[in-house]
Amino acid sequence: MRQEVRWRRNRSIAGRSGRVGERNWLGYLYLIPGLVMYVAFGLYPLADTVHYSFYDWSGFGDKLFIGLRNYATLVHDEIFRQAIFNNFILIFFYTVLPILLALFLTVLMTARPLPGMTFFRTGLFIPHVIPMVVVGITWRWIFSPVGGPLNVALRAVGLHDWAKAWLGDFTWALPAIGGIGTWVMYGLCMVLFIAGVQNIDETLYDAAKIDGAGVFRQFRYVTLPGLHHQLMVALILTSITALRAFDVVWVTTRGGPGNSTMVIGLQMYRHAFPLRNVGYAASMGIVMTVLILVIWVAILAVDQRLRREWA
Amino acid sequence: MMVHLYWLNLCRNWRRYLLLMVFLFVAIYPLVDIVLAAFKTEAGLARGPFALPAEWHFDNFTRLWKGGAFADYFRNSVVIIIPVVLGSVILSVLSGYAFGRFHFWGSRVLSYMFLLGIMMPYQAMVIPLYYNLRAMGLIDTYGALILPLIGLSVPFGTLWMWGFFREVPQELIDASVIDGCTTWSALWHVLLPLAGPAMLALAALLFVWNWNEFLLALVLLPTNFTLPVGLAMFQGRYLAEVPVLGAGATVTMVPSLIVYIILQRHFIRGITGGAIQR
Repeated sequence: MRQEVRWRRNRSIAGRSGRVGERNWLGYLYLIPGLVMYVAFGLYPLADTVHYSFYDWSGFGDKLFIGLRNYATLVHDEIFRQAIFNNFILIFFYTVLPILLALFLTVLMTARPLPGMTFFRTGLFIPHVIPMVVVGITWRWIFSPVGGPLNVALRAVGLHDWAKAWLGDFTWALPAIGGIGTWVMYGLCMVLFIAGVQNIDETLYDAAKIDGAGVFRQFRYVTLPGLHHQLMVALILTSITALRAFDVVWVTTRGGPGNSTMVIGLQMYRHAFPLRNVGYAASMGIVMTVLILVIWVAILAVDQRLRREWA
Repeated sequence: MMVHLYWLNLCRNWRRYLLLMVFLFVAIYPLVDIVLAAFKTEAGLARGPFALPAEWHFDNFTRLWKGGAFADYFRNSVVIIIPVVLGSVILSVLSGYAFGRFHFWGSRVLSYMFLLGIMMPYQAMVIPLYYNLRAMGLIDTYGALILPLIGLSVPFGTLWMWGFFREVPQELIDASVIDGCTTWSALWHVLLPLAGPAMLALAALLFVWNWNEFLLALVLLPTNFTLPVGLAMFQGRYLAEVPVLGAGATVTMVPSLIVYIILQRHFIRGITGGAIQR
């Protein structure tokens, strides 16, 4: 038997095939088609964006090398600073709020699995699979000053002063867009956490109860450590979505009124295409990518540390 | 007996069910409302946003097809999504197989490169994509969107399929090797028949993400719109006509919704499970 295998292996080295799982150049053969596409349309353009960001270029004619001057301009660009600030406000609405909300609800539903959960899970997840353009149009209607459901409902319960043109208001437009993000994200977080809680060993809760732990300490010492992986996934998914925000803003406010809802993605688009400050726009794209990288690495680092502490 | 247990469960957990109902309602009410608006007239809408349509109107959809060129947008989206999903799944299976079942020099570095690919925002690529594809004369052709969407779907797909191939017991492969299988026939006859659910989940995720894609479609097909871009542009002109907009929104979201509902188990596992494990 062993002889047989060796023989076939030898034959394979002679050229016909290779043994799966061994050091083997055939791996490259399977890898190359996908890798070529990814390099051509992912990594190469990324490198190009870095390259563009050192130039002054209108999209036509010659590029003018200006070193880091685009980045220097960014630092003093009032609108860009506003955009970064707004993106971080959005992180609060896309990440912090949905996660807290979902954690709270998960605790209320802890441990015992409920029959019919699949139905709720399916429904709660729906906002996440709808195109952001549709989400934007839907909420534009919800917030609409003319017959929009939110204002109609507010007036119906007597809160006439609260009714307003939410997306046209300097103070309220950004929180309104943030609210849309919360709406998209809380179902995702709930589904994640509920799935996670159901994987926690129930005897841990029993043990905690015997030790006299109340609801809060059960949460702190059993639920939270049990959910650390889901928490990390939720943090990464939602904060990256907040930093990338573009479609929703485009459809609801286009950055207005004024620049009160301007975000990095939209400002980059404006400079790249209508305004043709291609190099400058490229530097914004790079800043966004670096921000996302930093957040990703920071979350992973915190997760590593917590895993050690909670283990 | 079953019915009895059902009521027992409902009674014992009614508070939790109530809470879930409230949050479920908040999650889907806005969408139900915009779909309802699609079947109303302007006058019907004025009767209040919470009312059901007095009679179900289909004029708004007809107007989309006649005046809004939505037939073209729909066709564009379909013609683009099919090769994107098929192409990405095929390439991802191949490269996932490479990572999961072969040891080769540089595989570690290459896997980090793919990991980078699932977190890079499209904003980091969109500008050069536009200028490079313009230089090739592809802007506004289907290829201008199909090729980048495949290239940018491959990193996630590869890591996804890698996760699957890693789980397959080595004995299965060994057995096939003893039978004299080439690596190709081991993939084709042994692994792929097992990979059905994983591939289906991947296809569902890629369908929804790419169908919903906005930024790349907006930039790379500046006049030949896909559904989401067409809808966004349409909104610019018909801002006040909520019923027509509702019809457009309905048409745009329904394909994603259908794929999601049919494959929801796979879909949720796709997002909550594999995606970013370690």
